[in-house]
Amino acid sequence: MGTITVPGLPWYSPPRVAHALKQARRYPLIPIFILTFFLVIPAVFAPQVAPYDPLKGSLSKRLKAPAWQEGGSIAYPLGTDKMGRDILSRMIYGARVSLAVSLVAIVVGGLIGTTLGLMSGYFGGRVDALLMRLVDISLSLPTILLALVLVAAVGPSFWTVITVLVVLLWARYARLVRGETLSIKERDFIARARVAGASHTRIMTRYLLPNVVNSLIVLATLQVGYVILLESALSFLGAGLPRPTPAWGLMVADGRELIVTAWWVSMFPGLAIMLTVLALNLLGDWLRDHLDPKLRNV
Amino acid sequence: MSPAAPVLQVQALKKHFAVTQGVIWTKVLGWVKAVDGISFSVPQGETLAIVGESGCGKTTTAKLILRLEEPTEGQVLVDGLNIHTLKGTELKEYRTIVQAVFQDPWSSLSPRMRVRDIVAEPIIINGKLSSQEIKARVAETLERVGLRPQQAALYPHEFSGGQRQRIAVASALVSDPKLIILDEPVSALDVSIRAQIMNLLVDLQQDLRVSYVLIAHHLATTRYMAHEVAVMYLGKIVERAKTKELFKNPLHPYTKALFSAALPAHPDIVREEIVLQGEVPSPINPPSGCRFHPRCPFAMPRCAQEEPKDQDMAPGHMVACHLY
Repeated sequence: MGTITVPGLPWYSPPRVAHALKQARRYPLIPIFILTFFLVIPAVFAPQVAPYDPLKGSLSKRLKAPAWQEGGSIAYPLGTDKMGRDILSRMIYGARVSLAVSLVAIVVGGLIGTTLGLMSGYFGGRVDALLMRLVDISLSLPTILLALVLVAAVGPSFWTVITVLVVLLWARYARLVRGETLSIKERDFIARARVAGASHTRIMTRYLLPNVVNSLIVLATLQVGYVILLESALSFLGAGLPRPTPAWGLMVADGRELIVTAWWVSMFPGLAIMLTVLALNLLGDWLRDHLDPKLRNV
Repeated sequence: MSPAAPVLQVQALKKHFAVTQGVIWTKVLGWVKAVDGISFSVPQGETLAIVGESGCGKTTTAKLILRLEEPTEGQVLVDGLNIHTLKGTELKEYRTIVQAVFQDPWSSLSPRMRVRDIVAEPIIINGKLSSQEIKARVAETLERVGLRPQQAALYPHEFSGGQRQRIAVASALVSDPKLIILDEPVSALDVSIRAQIMNLLVDLQQDLRVSYVLIAHHLATTRYMAHEVAVMYLGKIVERAKTKELFKNPLHPYTKALFSAALPAHPDIVREEIVLQGEVPSPINPPSGCRFHPRCPFAMPRCAQEEPKDQDMAPGHMVACHLY
């Protein structure tokens, strides 16, 4: 058998890439660094960090190229969009939007899912059967269709997006927490709590919840990336946050028809989404390995 | 000492579990008769051991006494009160009077709670003591079971198996109970630790006049700790006697078989050896007549038809067998 070898391809070095990824998985410092730099700092300090107002542009400065390209200037390092708004500033405010949306959606979805999952696992029987069918339904809902229907019904707004995301997110928490609860509730410390006279609420909050918290943290971290991606997709389709909110997905959508003439309009927010999601996934993997190795396949 | 009033009375207690199919529209396929009409009582300051093979209903009995299960029939009286009808303050009171120590100290302590919270749980829930009193009581109880009060701030994973069981005992003692259910309290421990925990339990009983119901399958443990022993087979008590009497003169063939299965203290001791055939029959369809007859080496035709009645062979020695 002859194998075809292509000698001297200078850019082709998979081992190094694989090695770098392996290292990134092992040491969370890299993802955490990328994350804080690209997401948290800009989001928190947006008004101080951003050079321009994200909503105001001037048409005389529309579609300026990034600084290093011909026709670009250092005043607009990543160029401007078709309304003449600074892309860097919009991305910085966009980080704030992404973070706010994903945090609120995950906290609300996580609370609902955890509560229902605890009840489902703890009480079992009919409550469990009913709630788990609800989970099945929720997991089989077509994301985009649901979003479009809701937006058509109530109009695009921050809370519409949150509602859509919560409807899509809670089920995973419910299923995870239920599964963990089922195994924990058979352990003797739950029987002991009942012998000591603990109420159902006390058992769920003081005994079951602290023992599933690890898994919850891992799932939540892994979901931030998923939610940012989802929110971007919704915004891209016009079912997300209303214009002119500087959301990353919306910015990608705005640059869609300009991709040939002004690639930077959609490319930079797209890159931001990719890097953030990648970093969050690496962080989630690391957390999972360290907090809860049982969750390998979530 | 005058004969103390019984702390615990169990009267014709039955627990049948339904074997069901389906979740929303349930269909009952049969009944598992886990506990099928047992009666006994435990006086203050004494220990009753319930021994038997796995699946004989001893753990279900413990759960019924702890009100973790509702009985199908019969009643459990603690201090003369039927515990399964208690409500409100009486129920709260009952939850401090009866406590439990479970088999596996690795699973009976929540890994996310500090020792002081684990130990204090019964008195925190009862809500009668101030936080200062609770703190003092926890420290006192920890010392009583041989731990240092400073260890109250640690988490369970920082302790060994024996120490964990001490924590479990402390938690059972903290509310000043009258009755503690010991569900195989030493069988998960290293042999070297067992004696320590058994001695601790016996000493505590002498000091505090607390009663124990000891669930065990290990005969040496039973012999060391119990005043009275009840032998269970498939949901029924087949023999009950004072420990000394039972070990000297076991009457029921099942009890004899159980004793002959345990290794003697000296290899040269000549003993009657009874090897039982087969498995414990399913409690879903227990054998007719005497439940032990399919495995009994002395079975007679009558055993398959008639259920043997409880007979008193000597004062306090009850046996249910057609041989007598």
